[in-house]
Amino acid sequence: MTNPTPKPQPIPQPESDHYWEGLKNEEIWLQRSKATGKFQFYPRNFSISDPETGEDGIEWVQASGNAELFTFAIVHVAPHMGFVGDVPYITALVQLEEDVIVPTNIVGVTPEPESLQIGMALKPVFEHDPDGQTLLKFTPA
Amino acid sequence: MGVGESNKLGKVPEKSPLAHHSEAAINALDDAGLELSDVDALFTAGWSTLDVAEYLGIQPRYTDSTSVGGSSFVIHVAHALAAIAAGYCEVALITHGQSGRSDRAPIPRNPGTPMAQYEVPYGIIGPPVSYAMAARRYMHQYGEDRTRQAMAEIAVSTRKWANLNPMAYFYDKPTTFDDYHNSKWVAWPFHLLDCCLVTDAGAAIVITTPERARNAKNGSVKILGAGEGHDHSGISQMPDLTSAFGRHTGPQALEMAGVSHSDLDLAMIYDSFTYTALVSLENLGFCEPGEGPDFVASQRTAPGGDFPMNTNGGGLSYTHPGMYGIFTVVEAARQLRGQAGERQLEDCNLAVAHGTGGLLSSTGTVVLGTD
Repeated sequence: MTNPTPKPQPIPQPESDHYWEGLKNEEIWLQRSKATGKFQFYPRNFSISDPETGEDGIEWVQASGNAELFTFAIVHVAPHMGFVGDVPYITALVQLEEDVIVPTNIVGVTPEPESLQIGMALKPVFEHDPDGQTLLKFTPA
Repeated sequence: MGVGESNKLGKVPEKSPLAHHSEAAINALDDAGLELSDVDALFTAGWSTLDVAEYLGIQPRYTDSTSVGGSSFVIHVAHALAAIAAGYCEVALITHGQSGRSDRAPIPRNPGTPMAQYEVPYGIIGPPVSYAMAARRYMHQYGEDRTRQAMAEIAVSTRKWANLNPMAYFYDKPTTFDDYHNSKWVAWPFHLLDCCLVTDAGAAIVITTPERARNAKNGSVKILGAGEGHDHSGISQMPDLTSAFGRHTGPQALEMAGVSHSDLDLAMIYDSFTYTALVSLENLGFCEPGEGPDFVASQRTAPGGDFPMNTNGGGLSYTHPGMYGIFTVVEAARQLRGQAGERQLEDCNLAVAHGTGGLLSSTGTVVLGTD
C-alpha cells in the first residue's frame, strides 16, 4: 500500500509529559494521591480523590505492569483509515494492579473471542515509534 | 408541541446538514401552527446556534448549544421547559440536522482531549468499538448466551416496527433472527445488525406555553418530567460499563412527572446499539441490573408485544444520522397525538423518551403525556 493514512498520534499535554516520557523508557508512571493513596489514570494537575490540595497533593509512582483483562472488543471494520491494515485487532480495557483502568490493545494473540478470557493476567508491551510516542500495549503474561 | 423531520431521510447527498435543520424546523413549526418569525429561542447540538440561527434568518433572545452527544436534543426539551417557565422565551425551537452518510465537511475531532490522547491512538475510535467493550463486560457479568439472545431480540423486534413506518430505512426489509446471527462482525461482540444506521436526516421540535399550544393545528403533548446528566467522556473512564447515567435521569424524570414505570404506554429508548437499549431499560428502572435479557425476551418489545419500544424503528432501522436523540421525542409526540399511522398504539397516553449520548456518556430523559 502506498502512502497509507497515518494513525492518529497522542499529543502529550503538560500534565502527561511524565507519563509519555516514562513509556519511552519502558516504565509506567502513574499519579497517586498523597492523602488517599489512590492512583488515577489519566494524569491530571490534581487528584480527583483529593481535589483541594491541588498539584501538591499528587506524586508520581512507577507501576508494576501487572494487569488483568477487564473487557475487550475485536474490531473488524476499521473506524479510521489509519487502522485499515490492522483489522481484525483487539481493543481492551485493562485493570492495572494499582486499580486503574487503561485503554489499550492486546497483542500477540489470535484476534478471536476464544483467545481472551476476562480476568486473564497480562504484561506490558512497549511499542516504540521513533518519530513519536511509545504506546502501552499488553499481551498474556 | 410541534414536531417534524426533514423531507427526506436516508441517503440524501443533495442536502447539506443545515438544509436538514431548516426543512425540519419549518415542518415542525407548520405542525405547531407557527412560523419562523414566532421563534424566540433556539436550541441545537453538533452545530452552534449561531450558525443555525443565521441560516434560518432568525434572531433568538435565548440560545443553547448544549452538545453532549445524541442525547442533547432530549436535554434541550428540559432546558426549553425551564426557559419558558422562567419567562425567558415563549416559542422554543430545537433543531437537528446531520449528514452522517453524505457529509462533505465532517466536523474534525479535538486532538487535545484525553480521549484523543489515551484511546484514539489504540484504535478505540467511534461508538461501535467503545459500546462493544461495554457489551462484552455486561456479558461477563450477566451471561454471554442470554445477552446475545437479548441483543438478537432487540435487533429483530425493532426492525419489525420499521416495517410499519414508511419513513424508515428498513421499511421494506424484513429481518429474521438468522439474518441477525449471520450478519458480519463490526466490532465483536457486535454484528452489523446490532448497530444503528448511518444516514442523512434532520428533525425539529417546537415547545411553547400552554396558551400558545392551544393553536397547535395537529394537537399538542405535555412535558411532565425531565432529567439530564453525564458521568464520563471516553469509555475507559466510565464508572460502570453496565450502568449509564439513566440510573439517575430515569427515576428523576418519572418522579417529576409523578408516574411509575407501569403507567407508561411507550418507551422510546435511544438504540445506537442493541446493547444501548438493553442496558438503558435496566438503568431507567424497568428491571433490575442483569434482568434486561429476561425483560425483552420473546419479542415483548415488538409490534403486538406488551412493552412497545422504539415504534418508529429506532436508530437501528428508522434513521440514525449520528445524533439520533431528537427522533425519540418526535415519535413519542406522534404516538401520543394518535398520528403514527400503521404503527399507532392503542391508548397511548404516557411515554418516556430517553437519549444516550457520546460513549454511553450522557443521558437525557423526558416523560411526555397527552394534552
